[in-house]
Amino acid sequence: MSATSIETTVETMPAKKEFWRWQENVWVDESKDWKSAKLITCGIDVGSVSSQAVLVVDGELYGFNSMRTGNNSPDSATNALQGVMDKCGMQLSDIHYVVGTGYGRVNVPFAHKAITEIACHARGANYMGGNSVRTILDMGGQDCKAIHCDEKGKVTNFLMNDKCAAGTGRGMEVISDLMQIPIAELGPRSFDIDAEPDAVSSVCVVFAKSEALGLLKAGYTKNKVIAAYCQAMAERVVSLLERIGVEEGFFITGGIAKNPGVVKRIEKLLGIKAMETKVDSQIAGALGAALFGYTLMQKQGAKAA
Amino acid sequence: MIANYGYKDGSGEYYISIDTDKCIDCAAGRACLEACPKQMFEVIADDYDDQVVWVKKPNCRTLAYDCSACKPAAGYASLPCTLACTPGAIKHSW
Repeated sequence: MSATSIETTVETMPAKKEFWRWQENVWVDESKDWKSAKLITCGIDVGSVSSQAVLVVDGELYGFNSMRTGNNSPDSATNALQGVMDKCGMQLSDIHYVVGTGYGRVNVPFAHKAITEIACHARGANYMGGNSVRTILDMGGQDCKAIHCDEKGKVTNFLMNDKCAAGTGRGMEVISDLMQIPIAELGPRSFDIDAEPDAVSSVCVVFAKSEALGLLKAGYTKNKVIAAYCQAMAERVVSLLERIGVEEGFFITGGIAKNPGVVKRIEKLLGIKAMETKVDSQIAGALGAALFGYTLMQKQGAKAA
Repeated sequence: MIANYGYKDGSGEYYISIDTDKCIDCAAGRACLEACPKQMFEVIADDYDDQVVWVKKPNCRTLAYDCSACKPAAGYASLPCTLACTPGAIKHSW
């Protein structure tokens, strides 16, 4: 085969489909007019996998953008914010205070303050679920957190595991790619089975991936393998939660909160139903950050007065 | 607030818990900072602007190895950090 024909073959090969790629999302509350606001604050959550920018106008959620984090944290922060600003015609100069959070919080070039994602998720969950939220489970892209908070969303206990992919979004992306099924379909398909299978390894995603391949070869359907992985993930995060205990008022944040396959299995293991919210669960950290900014600005205004 | 630093992996669970309510007005003069041979603790301002001790980030993922030199297998009857912390804020999970 000539070099030219090889090049031509490569050029015409279909691009590899990225099954792990989840839906990016931008939203603005068009019933509100930000131009008449007294205080506009912004929270930027730069995570290892996803980045969110949230705008809060006079203490209320106004808009957000959720997108995949690139290989550069400052650019990810800028792009996330630009996405939501473009949606509503806002400029950075219109925003009174910006709080950065997440792994890349110190790399948000326009942030006034950095606050950890632990505190921000608690604050965001308190807004989304109400003041009865007491236990928060955040399943992020590359870490998993269990948090207790009080009625004001102040953290009273927390525990985070960021060493291992098991129980994180990254693990789910690996399975999505392995099964060649879009990540958004994994949860619903995990229920389309005859009987609930045993979990695959909940210790390590590498082991879980090997086991998943073995199960396929043994005759398991893809749906059954996905169910086994969802169960493993649920068991993993429940063990994390049980280390600090689960109080009534259970709320799940992060991208995996949108995966019913994992959420329903967690609820079954705990015997507690997770609180529901109409707000995208993935923005909890950035929302909490923006609300922290609002509180800080109010305090400054009170001091100035 | 109880702050847990550490991880769970295939070999087990390793967490150091710090009760920040006992840590804020430390009656032991932050003795834990010097007591730890690996100097794993440092004082920070937390998210609520309280001065508390935490486990340094790089050490959070290597606790099993870093703390092994202070465990009973290394000849210690008690952990130097928990002994130094007379308010009882520091605890080990393993």
